[in-house]
Amino acid sequence: MKARVHVMLKSGVLDPQGEAVRHALGQLGFDGVEGVRQGKVIELDLAETDVDTARATVTEMCDKLLANTVIESYSVEIA
Amino acid sequence: MHAAVIVFPGSNCDRDLAVAFERAGAKVSMVWHKDTALPDGVDIIGVPGGFSFGDYLRCGAIAANSPICRSVVAHAEKGGYVLGICNGFQVLTETGLLPGVLLRNANLKYICKPVDLRIDTADSPFTAGYDAGQIITVPIAHHDGNYYADPETLKRLHGDARVAFTYVDNPNGSADDIAGVLSSNRRVLGMMPHPERMAEPLHGGTQGAPMFDSLVAQLANA
Repeated sequence: MKARVHVMLKSGVLDPQGEAVRHALGQLGFDGVEGVRQGKVIELDLAETDVDTARATVTEMCDKLLANTVIESYSVEIA
Repeated sequence: MHAAVIVFPGSNCDRDLAVAFERAGAKVSMVWHKDTALPDGVDIIGVPGGFSFGDYLRCGAIAANSPICRSVVAHAEKGGYVLGICNGFQVLTETGLLPGVLLRNANLKYICKPVDLRIDTADSPFTAGYDAGQIITVPIAHHDGNYYADPETLKRLHGDARVAFTYVDNPNGSADDIAGVLSSNRRVLGMMPHPERMAEPLHGGTQGAPMFDSLVAQLANA
């Protein structure tokens, strides 16, 4: 079973890297990009076969390690 | 006074920190990250600067979950002293021993230069060798030193005089110019600047030395 975790900075936390990407896009002539937020995607291969158990385990992984919930939010997809 | 300095793969200020403690008169033990227990009789743990585990995932995140860090947290929770410098500060925020987090510098650049720091409180064993309001010059060397905490946390830190140092000229975008914070019992300090790199004349200055002198003096009598 595969799990995909999206980790993003919470809204309200300044994202200097996203800002730099926004500036660079503007310099390339892409007008009208009003905001860029940069996050990360983490893919996991799990031995678990039960969707609910997998989701609970990956959520615990996010809280303990994969995200820092002081500044980041996350979402979990199980496929 | 017995200090333990933790060594992670990627630590690069561990020996500088050990030398600074030794110069002040401490006995120092180096402790590898895979060790699970600290040496007996340790008074203070130093978590050094560097790039533990290559800053993978988030700076300090992997180190904060290494075996030895469980002992560091247990030591702090028993009222033990901990000093985290640079990457060590990042590790301590990731363990939850200190509030907030260190984000990428606002200008996205690695910054390596001496900066002026204001001592915001002399009421801690780390800063007792300085006067509140005193300005000292200490180097910084980091890419992720932009201190962030939510507004309630910042208010609490200011209200309890737990901001130990602020930048005179904010180099990295840190909230309220914060360069170092104390735990609520004032026995855990995290700071981005490097006092251990300004601790003897050959460093070009000794304004970091009073931190180590004061720690050794106070903990030797504890």
